[in-house]
Amino acid sequence: MALKMVKGSIDRMFDKNLQDLVRGIRNHKEDEAKYISQCIDEIKQELKQDNIAVKANAVCKLTYLQMLGYDISWAAFNIIEVMSASKFTFKRVGYLAASQCFHEGTDVIMLTTNQIRKDLSSPSQYDTGVALTGLSCFVTPDLARDLANDIMTLMSHTKPYIRKKAVLIMYKVFLKYPESLRPAFPRLKEKLEDPDPGVQSAAVNVICELARRNPKNYLSLAPLFFKLMTSSTNNWVLIKIIKLFGALTPLEPRLGKKLIEPLTNLIHSTSAMSLLYECVNTVIAVLISLSSGMPNHSASIQLCVQKLRILIEDSDQNLKYLGLLAMSKILKTHPKSVQSHKDLILQCLDDKDESIRLRALDLLYGMVSKKNLMEIVKKLMTHVDKAEGTTYRDELLTKIIDICSQSNYQHITNFEWYISILVELTRLEGTRHGHLIAAQMLDVAIRVKAIRKFAVSQMSALLDSAHLVASSTQRNGICEVLYAAAWICGEFSEHLQEPQQTLEAMLRPKVTTLPGHIQAVYVQNVVKLYASILQQKEQAADTEAAQEVTQLLVERLPQFVQSADLEVQERASCILQLVKHVQKLQAKGVPVAEEVSALFAGELNPVAPKAQKKVPVPEGLDLDAWINEPPSDSESEDEKPKAIFHEEEPRHTRRRQPEEDEEELARRREARKQEQANNPFYIKSSPSPQKRYQDTPGVEHIPVVQIDLSVPLKVPGMPMSDQYVKLEEQRRHRQRMEKDKKRKKKEKGKRRHSSLPTESDEDIAPAQRVDIVTEEMPENALPSDEDDKDPNDPYRALDIDLDKPLADSEKLPVQKHRNAEAVKSPEKESVPTVEKKSKKPKKKEKKPKEREREKKKKDKKGEDLDFWLSTTPPPAAVPVPAPSTEELAVSTVTLVKDEGEGLRREELEDEDDNMDHDQERKSSRHKKKKHRKEKEERPRDKKKAKRKQAAPLENGAAEEEEPIPIPTNGQGPVTAADVISSSQPMSSYCLLAENSYIKVTYDIQASLQKDSQVTVSVILENQSNSFLKNMELNVLDSLNTKMARPEGSTVHDGVPVPFQLPPGVSNEAQFVFTIQSIVMAQKLKGTLSFIAKDDEGATHEKLDFRLHFSCSSYLITTPCYSDAFAKLLESGDLNMNSIKVDGISMSFQNLLAKICFHHHFSVVERVDSCASMYSRSIQGHHVCLLVKKGESSVSVDGKCSDATLLSSLLEEMKTTLAQC
Amino acid sequence: MPREAGPAKMIQAILVFNNHGKPRLVRFYQRFPEEIQQQIVRETFHLVLKRDDNICNFLEGGSLIGGADYKLIYRHYATLYFVFCVDSSESELGILDLIQVFVETLDKCFENVCELDLIFHMDKVHYILQEVVMGGMVLETNMNEIVAQIEAQNRLEKSEGGLSAAPARAVSAVKNINLPEIPRNINIGDLNIKVPNLSQFV
Repeated sequence: MALKMVKGSIDRMFDKNLQDLVRGIRNHKEDEAKYISQCIDEIKQELKQDNIAVKANAVCKLTYLQMLGYDISWAAFNIIEVMSASKFTFKRVGYLAASQCFHEGTDVIMLTTNQIRKDLSSPSQYDTGVALTGLSCFVTPDLARDLANDIMTLMSHTKPYIRKKAVLIMYKVFLKYPESLRPAFPRLKEKLEDPDPGVQSAAVNVICELARRNPKNYLSLAPLFFKLMTSSTNNWVLIKIIKLFGALTPLEPRLGKKLIEPLTNLIHSTSAMSLLYECVNTVIAVLISLSSGMPNHSASIQLCVQKLRILIEDSDQNLKYLGLLAMSKILKTHPKSVQSHKDLILQCLDDKDESIRLRALDLLYGMVSKKNLMEIVKKLMTHVDKAEGTTYRDELLTKIIDICSQSNYQHITNFEWYISILVELTRLEGTRHGHLIAAQMLDVAIRVKAIRKFAVSQMSALLDSAHLVASSTQRNGICEVLYAAAWICGEFSEHLQEPQQTLEAMLRPKVTTLPGHIQAVYVQNVVKLYASILQQKEQAADTEAAQEVTQLLVERLPQFVQSADLEVQERASCILQLVKHVQKLQAKGVPVAEEVSALFAGELNPVAPKAQKKVPVPEGLDLDAWINEPPSDSESEDEKPKAIFHEEEPRHTRRRQPEEDEEELARRREARKQEQANNPFYIKSSPSPQKRYQDTPGVEHIPVVQIDLSVPLKVPGMPMSDQYVKLEEQRRHRQRMEKDKKRKKKEKGKRRHSSLPTESDEDIAPAQRVDIVTEEMPENALPSDEDDKDPNDPYRALDIDLDKPLADSEKLPVQKHRNAEAVKSPEKESVPTVEKKSKKPKKKEKKPKEREREKKKKDKKGEDLDFWLSTTPPPAAVPVPAPSTEELAVSTVTLVKDEGEGLRREELEDEDDNMDHDQERKSSRHKKKKHRKEKEERPRDKKKAKRKQAAPLENGAAEEEEPIPIPTNGQGPVTAADVISSSQPMSSYCLLAENSYIKVTYDIQASLQKDSQVTVSVILENQSNSFLKNMELNVLDSLNTKMARPEGSTVHDGVPVPFQLPPGVSNEAQFVFTIQSIVMAQKLKGTLSFIAKDDEGATHEKLDFRLHFSCSSYLITTPCYSDAFAKLLESGDLNMNSIKVDGISMSFQNLLAKICFHHHFSVVERVDSCASMYSRSIQGHHVCLLVKKGESSVSVDGKCSDATLLSSLLEEMKTTLAQC
Repeated sequence: MPREAGPAKMIQAILVFNNHGKPRLVRFYQRFPEEIQQQIVRETFHLVLKRDDNICNFLEGGSLIGGADYKLIYRHYATLYFVFCVDSSESELGILDLIQVFVETLDKCFENVCELDLIFHMDKVHYILQEVVMGGMVLETNMNEIVAQIEAQNRLEKSEGGLSAAPARAVSAVKNINLPEIPRNINIGDLNIKVPNLSQFV
C-alpha cells in the first residue's frame, strides 16, 4: 500500500498540472487540436489510476478543456469520484467540474445523492458550502426531492455562510420540486429577519424572485417587506424589495398608495443612482396601477419625469440608456408628460450609441400622435438615409412601419402619405424587410378602400420600374414588394389608369428572374388584369384591341411555362390554355369578357387572425353532442343518461336535440338580426366603398404627380412623401377654419369664450379611414382579447397558495431508517424539517398557554393585509358576527382610535413618524383583538383539555380540524392564517389498548406515493412509575395485510420499538403495513410486549390489542374542483350507495368538518345544507359524496369506483355520524 | 436557437474573454451543449467588440441567450471583457457594480490581477466567482466577506497540501523557463473606471 502511494507520487512528477496544460496549449498554437487530443489521452490514463490526487488533477484539466468547448461528459463518473474525495481540495475540483458539465440528462447524476447528502451534513462548513454551490448548478427534480429536507435543515445552520447558500439554493429546489415550496416557506420567511445581512439578502432575493413570477401569492408579505424597506440600509436588498413592490402593486392598488410616499422620499434622498432608478421604476408601476383616483399623483409623475430627464441628460451613457428605458414605461399611461420631452428624445436619435438610439426609437413609438406623426416619420426617414450599417437601418425601417401601423393605423390621417412613405422605403438597398413593406402595402390597400385608387396607381408605377427594384442581387430582400404591387394591381385592376401598360410591365422577360413565389403572383394577376382589360375593350366594342391583348398573353405566357418553379409553371400552363381557348372564342366573335371576369368575381375580405376563436357558440348548439347516435355498446343500459345522484332530476343530461325545429331556428335568427339592428354598438356591415369615398374629406387633395427625374434612383412617377406634410398642413388648417367658423356661429349671442385655437388629436379628421373591425370579425365576435397563458412556463408550477395550511401529504420526504414516506401528527408540521430524534418529548405536551401564545403570534403574522393596507379605516373594518355588548364596545373604540390616527396621520409630514403610528396602531388593535380572542378561546381550551385524555372521536371541536371553505362574508376578514392557527392542536389518534403501565393510541396514515402501504403511528405513553424498555410490537398478519418487518425476521418476530420510555414520558413509533386490497376494513390482532423495570425489579409485560384498519384510513384528502367533480360523476363509471342517519343535532358545518377530518374528504362545493365532497384512495379510487342535511337527519349519497369500498366507507361514516 | 427547456436564471451566464475573443471564464447557469456555448461566446464577443468604450454598457437582444427579457451587461477592463447575461429581475446598475466587485475581488486575491492570472488559474477564478454568484443568483456583494471566505478556503487547501504536490511544482518550475513574456495589463488600481455609487454597495 505504502509502496503504491510512493509510486503514485513519483508518477505524478511527470503529470501535467493545469498550468502545464495551459502553457502547452499556448506553445502549440499551430496544432492546438492535436495537442489537446494528446492531452485528453493522458488525462484518460490519469483517470484510470487509483490515486485520487491524480484524478483530481485530471478533472481540473478537463474543466479547463470544457471551457474551450470540449465535451467532458464522458468523465462524469470520474468527476463523481473526485467529488467524493475526503479532502476539500479535491472535492472542490470535483464539484466545480460537475457544476460545469452536469445537467438533467447526465445519467450518473443519481449516484451523487448520497454523497451530496453526506457533504451537506459535513462538519466542515466549506465542504457543505462547496456541495451547495455545486448542487445549485445541477440540481435535478430527483435531487431536489431527495435533498430538500436536508437543505431546509441547513437554512437554520449556525454559520451564516451556510445559511445564505442554503436559502439561495432553495429557489432552485422549488423550481425543480414545487411540492417543497409550501413546507419550506415558513422557514424561508423567517430568514427575512435573519441577523446576518447576507442571509437576509439571500432570502429577499429568493422571495422576490418567487413573487415576481406569481405575485398574488405573496401579497400577504407586503407588510413585512414594507418594514424591511423602511429599515434596511443594504442597497441590494432595497433594490430587490422595490422591484418586488413594482410587481405587487398592480394587484393591490392600495399598496401603491402606501408606497408612494416612502418611495418619493427615497428618490429625493438617495445618492445611489441604481436605487434612485429602481424607485422611479416602481413609482411608475404604482402610478400605472392607480392610473386614476389619486388626486395628486401628477406631482409624482412630474417628479419621475424630471429625474429621468436628468438621467437622460447625464453624460454617462448608462444612465442615459436607463432613463430612456424608464421613460418608455411612463409613456404607456401618461404619454402627455413624456411628449413634452420630445426634443430630448429626438436628440437621442442622433446619439452615437446604437443602444440609446434604439431606446429612443422605442419611445417614439409611443409618442406619436395624429399631430406629429408626419413630422416624426420625416425625421426618421432622414435617419434612414444617413444610417450606415444595415442593422440599424433595418431597425429604423421596422420602427417606421410599427409607428405608422400601431393600433390599426390610428395616427395616420392621410393614407396617401403613408403609401408614399412605403414606396420610398422600397428604395432602401439591401434591407431584409421587403416582406414587411409588402405586407403593409397589401394591408392598407385591402383595408382602406378609399385609398385603393391611389395605391393602384403607385403600385403600377412600381411595377413599371421593377427593374430598379429587382436589378441587383443585393436588393433581393426588397423585391418582395413586387409581390404586393402585382397583387394590388391585379386585384383592384378596375382602378388602373392604363391597365395595358401595367400588363405589359408584368409580362416583361426580366420578370422571370424574380423569385418563384413572386412570379406565381404575377401570373395569377396578369389574368385578373387581362379580364378587366377584356371587359373594357368589349364594352367599347373594340374587338381588335381585345384580340391584341389576348395575343400578347399567348405570346408572353410561355416564358412562365418554362419556369423551374412548379407553382409558376402550373399556373402559367393552366392560364395559357385558358387564354388560348378565349382566343378561339374571340375568333368566332363570341363575347367572352363576362365569363373571364367571372373567374375573379367577388371581393376577398380580410379576416382577423382571431376571428374564429371569437365566435361564440350559438345558443342551442352543443359541440360535444353527438350528431348521430353514438356507436352503441352491447349493453343498452350504458346509453341511458345517468342521473348524478339517484333522486336528482335528470336535469343535466343532454335534452337538447340537434334537430330543433327549423322554424324555431329561423325565428331566433330573425330575432337576433332585429336585436343587432337596434343595438347602436353593434357594428353593421360596412357601407359601400363609394359612399365612404364621398364621405371622407381630403380625397380631392390627391396631389398632382410630380415627376422629378433629376433624383437618381427615384422611382419615376412617384410623389415624394414630403409633399404630403405640406398638404396635410393645409388640409388641417382648412378644417380648423371651418370648425372655428362653426364655433363662432354657435357662440354668437352667447357669452364669449376665449376659445384658444388649440388643436387636440381628436380634432384632426383623417383623410381616409381604416375600417377594420367591421369586416374582419365575424358576427357576434366577443370583444375579449385574452390570450392563453403559456402552458410551458416553468414558473407555473410555483403558483402555489402559500397561505393555505399544510396538508399531511405535503411534507418533505425525509430520509429515515423506517418508512420514508411516513406522515406525522399534524403538530409537527410547523417543524417539518429535522429528523425527529426519538428522545424528543412530544410537541403535543406543550402547555396550553404556550400554544395560545403561538396562536397569537400566528395571528399576528397572518395579520390581515387589508388591515395593514387601509390607511383610513374602512367603514366595516371589524364586523364581528353578533357581537356581545362588550365586544361591540371594543370594536367601536378601535374604530374611533383609527379615525383619530388617520387624522393625525394627515397632519404629520415625516414618514418615519407615520411608520411608528402604523405600528402603534397595529399593536393597539392587536391588544383588543387578543382580548376578544382569549374570550372565545376559553371554552375551546376546555374541550382541548378533555380531548387530550379521552378518545378523540368524542371531541366536539371538530370544526377546527380541517380547513373547509367557510363563507367569510359578513364575518370580517378570515385569513388562511387563522385557519392554520386553529388547526394546530388537532389529533386523530384513537385508543389502541391501555393497561396500568402503558397507554397506546394510534393513527393510520396513507400516502399517495405508495399504493399498497400505510403507516401506523403509535403513541406509547408510560403511565406507570416504571421504566419501560425492550418494547416490541407484533401482529398476526392476515393474507391481505402484513406488517413490514426488518429483513431476515419471520412473521412471528415482533418489530422492536426504537426507544425506551422513562416514567411519564410518551413517544411515537411508526410501523409500516402492506395491504393488498383496501376495499374492506380489517382488524389485526396484535401484542405489545415490554419489560417494566422499577426499583423492585423488572417484569415482562404484555398488552393485547386489535388494530383496526378502517377504509377511511386508506383515503387521502385530495382537493377537487367542481368541474372535474362534475365530469367524474358524469363519467358513469361509479357505483352508487347511500345511507341516512337520524337524530343529528350538530350544525351542518361541524358535520362536514367531521367528515373531512375523520374520513379524509374535502368539500368540493357547498350550497346551503347540501355539500359535495371528494376523496381518493391510495389505490386511486375516486369517492364522491353528496351530503344533505334535513331537519334532524343527514343523508349521504356516495359514488365510488368500487362498490365494496363505498359500502364499507358509508358504514364507517354512519358510525361517525351516529355520534353527532 | 436550441435552447433546452428548463427554468431561466436571474443571471444566465457570465463570460470573460479577452480582446481577441479567447474565453477566459465561461460560466453558464443554464445548460447549453459545449459547441453552443462556444458559439454564444463568439457571438457575444462580436457584439461587444463593435462598441466603443464610451458608450453604454447594456446590450439588448443577445440573440443567443434568453430572449427579450434578457440583457447583456458588460464591462471592459484593459484586455478583458466581463459580460453578464441577466434577466429583468436584476438591476442594471446593480450588475455593473457586481462586475466591479468581482473584478476588485480578483484583484485582491491575485494581487494586481492580470489576464495571465485568469489564464493559468481558471479554477481559482471559478472559486472566487462561486462566492459572488451562486446558481445564477447574487450570493454576496460585500467584498471583504468574499475575500475572507476565499482566504479561509485557501488556507484549508494549503493545510491539506494543495492540489499539486511539491515535486510536481519543481518540475513545472523547470518547464516555466521558456514561457513567452506577456505583460501584465489588467491593473485595477491604475484603471480609471467610473463606477456609479459603488460605495453604496460595498
